[in-house]
Amino acid sequence: MFEASELNLRNKRTESLYRTLFLVMTLLLILPVLLILGTLIVKGASAISWEFLFGYPKDGMTAGGIFPALVGTIWLVSVALLVSVPLGVAAAIYLNEYAGENWFTRIINLAIINLAGVPSIVHALFGVGAFVIFFGFGTSILAASLTLAIMTLPVVIVSTRESLRAVPMAFREACWNMGATRWQTIRRVVLPNAVPGILTGVILEVSRTTGETAPIMFTGAAFFLPFLPESVFDQTMALSLHLFVVSTQVPNVPENLPYGVALVLIGMVLLMNSLSIALRMYLRGKKKW
Amino acid sequence: MVSAATAVMGANEIEVASPKIVVRDVTIRYAGTPALSGVSLDVREHEVFGIIGPANAGKTSFLKALNRMDMFTDGMKVEGSIEFDGRPIDRLRNVYALRSRIGVVFPLPVGLPLTIYENVALAPRLGGMRNKAELDDIVERCLTRAALWDEVKDRLNSLGSLLSGGQQQRLTIARALSQQPDVLILDEFSIAVDPVTTMRIEDVLKELKHELTIILVTNLVQQAQRLADRTAFFLEGECVEVGKTSDLFDGRVQDSRTRDYIEGKFG
Repeated sequence: MFEASELNLRNKRTESLYRTLFLVMTLLLILPVLLILGTLIVKGASAISWEFLFGYPKDGMTAGGIFPALVGTIWLVSVALLVSVPLGVAAAIYLNEYAGENWFTRIINLAIINLAGVPSIVHALFGVGAFVIFFGFGTSILAASLTLAIMTLPVVIVSTRESLRAVPMAFREACWNMGATRWQTIRRVVLPNAVPGILTGVILEVSRTTGETAPIMFTGAAFFLPFLPESVFDQTMALSLHLFVVSTQVPNVPENLPYGVALVLIGMVLLMNSLSIALRMYLRGKKKW
Repeated sequence: MVSAATAVMGANEIEVASPKIVVRDVTIRYAGTPALSGVSLDVREHEVFGIIGPANAGKTSFLKALNRMDMFTDGMKVEGSIEFDGRPIDRLRNVYALRSRIGVVFPLPVGLPLTIYENVALAPRLGGMRNKAELDDIVERCLTRAALWDEVKDRLNSLGSLLSGGQQQRLTIARALSQQPDVLILDEFSIAVDPVTTMRIEDVLKELKHELTIILVTNLVQQAQRLADRTAFFLEGECVEVGKTSDLFDGRVQDSRTRDYIEGKFG
């Protein structure tokens, strides 16, 4: 009764074949990550020092540190967040909690999808036209951050909407039945339970914004500035552009310098991502239903 | 607020059979398709009004129409007239006040992801109450009336959504009571509750009947028989008949389908 037939044996062989295939594909995924990180660490670790992180570039950017670029990136990302998070969260709340399913919301959803699909260089040109020239912000942190904010807005909206959707409808109905308005329901029941998801989305947005180069290179990031920005109307250096500059535009750069810049940049992004994962795990542990 | 409610209650005891909710020729459609048509009935003050009927009879839609939840439901349209305390509810300015006078208990218990205390204090807080002592008092009173106080009094700050199903259902009742409603609606409350808890809740309802009007939707005909003063039978989007529960269960029916359903020939 339990003897294997020819068919059984064949199924078993195919089964292990496919299993191995999928495993190999999965392992292939890790390979580029390991290679990139490995190369960066091997070639760039020697560049990292206290002076590299907190010093200014010297000798036509062939020596010295990356402090202005580091600070500039933090400026750009923070200002972009200040704009995109309130705007994106508010839009997501409207779409998920207030708007019904009609032609108006369909147009908005289409716009969001399209906005997400626009190449970053097009965002850059839009930023030049709109913020630098039309609004007259000039090439400045403000113009660059606004461009970044618009580019990452779809990420914030979609991740917020998903986390709002994950809050069971029954909670809202229970609240409405008590005589709560939509806003009371959102504030007391929906938002507190959506915050973990929203935060995760925001951190992912930060890590994406950190690495963007094209949208900022025409709108506010400078080739070389030997001082720190003092307000949002100043230009600034940025890590991502600095990496581009030292690897392609400046002659006689020591080999480990661009790798060091890349290592710092990717380190920032990885830090943000791990923070996001840790936060999600912590908050999932506190999940309330 | 409390004294005003008692005054109203006192006045109502004089005219016991006055109608609390008057429903005339109500038809409910979802995106044009009728879910319930031509229902007319009265729910009287301080009675337990049972609604029985199989699935898809339109019972839940009927309940949704009573507290204007059509506002929150895409495509739901209610025609006809529903009066609450003599006021047509489709012309109310403040539907939130209407909803706060109607407590609702759902088929599946909905413990909000808040602490037990916050679950019960939510409705008063929505109503603007901030006084800690008053809130404490309401929480204790409502949990006691819902027969849950003794089980949770030492852990009011743990999450309501982590209670057992039966406890959550009683928490839901306590929460509904915290609104100080005139009408308590229960939609098949015993579906997810064990028989012992069901009996405890039924005892609670028998007590509550003296203070408020109860609309009890149930798919257990015996539950209607045990609790309801009058019972309506809904079938496939139609209200077949409304009568005294004792009449219906003694076979004094106007429509043979009611007898068939009660005797378990279908449904």
